[in-house]
Amino acid sequence: MAQLTLKNLGKSFDDTDVIRDLSLDVADGELVCLLGPSGSGKSTVLRMVGGFETPNRGAILIDGEDHTRVPPEKRPTGMVFQSHALWSHMSVAGNVAFGLKLRGLPKAQIRQKVQEALALVGLKGYGERRVWQLSGGQQQRVAIARALVLEPKILLLDEPFASLDQHLRERLREELRDIQRRLGITTLFVTHGQDEALALADRIVVLRGGEIEQVASPDRMYRGPQTRFVAGFIGSMNFLPCDMRGGVSDHPLFAVRAAVPDGPVELAIRPEALTLCPARGTGMRVHLVTDYGTHLLVDVDLPDGGRLKAMCPPSARYETGQEVAPEASHVALFRGDAKLAEVTLERRVAVHV
Amino acid sequence: MTAIDPSTLAADVPVHRTKRPDWLGVALALALGVVVVIPLLVVAIWAFAEVWRYPSLLPQEFGFRFWEATLARPDVWNAMSLSLRLSVTVTLLSALICLPAAYAFARLDFPGRNVLFLSFLTSHAFPKFGLLVAIAGIFLNLGLISTFWGVVLIQLVGTLMMMIWIPVAAFQNVDRAMEEAARDAGAGPIRVFWSVSLPQAAPTIFAAVLLSFVGTFYETEGAWLIGAPEIRTMPVLMITYINNQIVVQYGAVLSVLLWVPSFIALMFTRRLVGSGSFAKGFGV
Repeated sequence: MAQLTLKNLGKSFDDTDVIRDLSLDVADGELVCLLGPSGSGKSTVLRMVGGFETPNRGAILIDGEDHTRVPPEKRPTGMVFQSHALWSHMSVAGNVAFGLKLRGLPKAQIRQKVQEALALVGLKGYGERRVWQLSGGQQQRVAIARALVLEPKILLLDEPFASLDQHLRERLREELRDIQRRLGITTLFVTHGQDEALALADRIVVLRGGEIEQVASPDRMYRGPQTRFVAGFIGSMNFLPCDMRGGVSDHPLFAVRAAVPDGPVELAIRPEALTLCPARGTGMRVHLVTDYGTHLLVDVDLPDGGRLKAMCPPSARYETGQEVAPEASHVALFRGDAKLAEVTLERRVAVHV
Repeated sequence: MTAIDPSTLAADVPVHRTKRPDWLGVALALALGVVVVIPLLVVAIWAFAEVWRYPSLLPQEFGFRFWEATLARPDVWNAMSLSLRLSVTVTLLSALICLPAAYAFARLDFPGRNVLFLSFLTSHAFPKFGLLVAIAGIFLNLGLISTFWGVVLIQLVGTLMMMIWIPVAAFQNVDRAMEEAARDAGAGPIRVFWSVSLPQAAPTIFAAVLLSFVGTFYETEGAWLIGAPEIRTMPVLMITYINNQIVVQYGAVLSVLLWVPSFIALMFTRRLVGSGSFAKGFGV
């Protein structure tokens, strides 16, 4: 049970700032996902918490105690690596037992703890196998068991499922979430997959260029992005540039009313916030329909050359070239990188005939 | 649409072709085998021949006369035991000095790293004999000439390059995340080296150790220049034999005797690391 505090962390490699000024509190038992594009510094943050990189500025506190300069072997953290990093010259049990042996535990206790840890990740009876005899998913489970068996205060995971296929990734994600809840272990999880972050996290931290862009719950991150970057990075989003004049947007399709100073803005609309009605003479034509089974994704060409993505129920039928009229139920307004307003629109029951 | 004849389809399947043995490879292996094995075979036969006159393909008389004559000499046994003690000492010392150094070269970044790394090549970049004569001059002043440790020192220099360069490559190939995972589990840097880096690099390092052992065992110039006259290793003894008497059999018997340690070392290493990873250690 532990609390993690990052205070004004900064890290440079060769005079390039990788992390600028990062502060974050992770509560006891919380699972926080660090999400960002490659090069955003998310792995560097994790490696600093694990002790594999030393920050140039700032402090890392675990339960209020300063651990900034403590070497990794003395930190109460357990790390799971992307490449699983299992020791191939040891058996599965040998991998899990290594840290326990270093702590000088009696043999019987080590054996019991190893068995418990392997059972926890669903690998009961695999102890005598060699590491290379296991599948990729099983290897990553061993790596998780190896980290958990030492009962770390903070569990660190560095894109642990990135090399696995989609199905396995989803399964392991659920299992990890289960184990994490059961043990109540404070967890920092690095990923570049937004679906992974949305599915796993109690809170998501979106990083960009070494700085925190937004910290929010998955729900708020998806439905209320605070910056244009987050709006574009999490999920898919339609951006329509236009001007605000006298509190109304001058976009030909979406005249949005908002108390916003005049000037250029971008209207941000989620595909699922769009409804398409068959219409004539609108100049907006269906370009492509992709059937995902659960929904249709319809690409619509706009008269000004832009394109909209709209999510439609699977029962709907659209033909390529068909004329449609889109309606939005929720629009966010951005100017530059900042959000100006969010507007929920009443649905017009207008049918274009 | 025309119907496709299934037999033409089957003929295109390349599975049958890959199963055919690679004759070119077999021929090359055979040719290489002839070049390597036949001289060894001739020497081995000479060691057991008592009379072998041209143009006979095999000796007229086989026997152990020359073996008895050779093995009866105490200097042969002294030289054998001395050679073994020298090679083991040099190889162990070399491993003790070079392996941590190789790890440092592979993992640490320190000033002068590249220059120092290349300096290990210099002992092999210049004519060795000139270097040895210069060292012999220094050793003479230090009283190391004709002593066991003098020869150990000179032979140690010869193993440095092999015991640094090959293990450096081996350590560089060890996944850094494996070492970090060990740190994470609570192991200090030395423990990480001992429990993770060294075992991971083991097959290649065994190959380097074996090559050093065999190379030291057969090293002649240094042993002769520094060791003479008191320290006489097997190869030095063999040269004296060949120089003093033109009886082929003495040389052949000693030569066969010389194979024994390297053969044992090879078998031992094979058993220890398994032939698969052993071949991998040599880059096969």
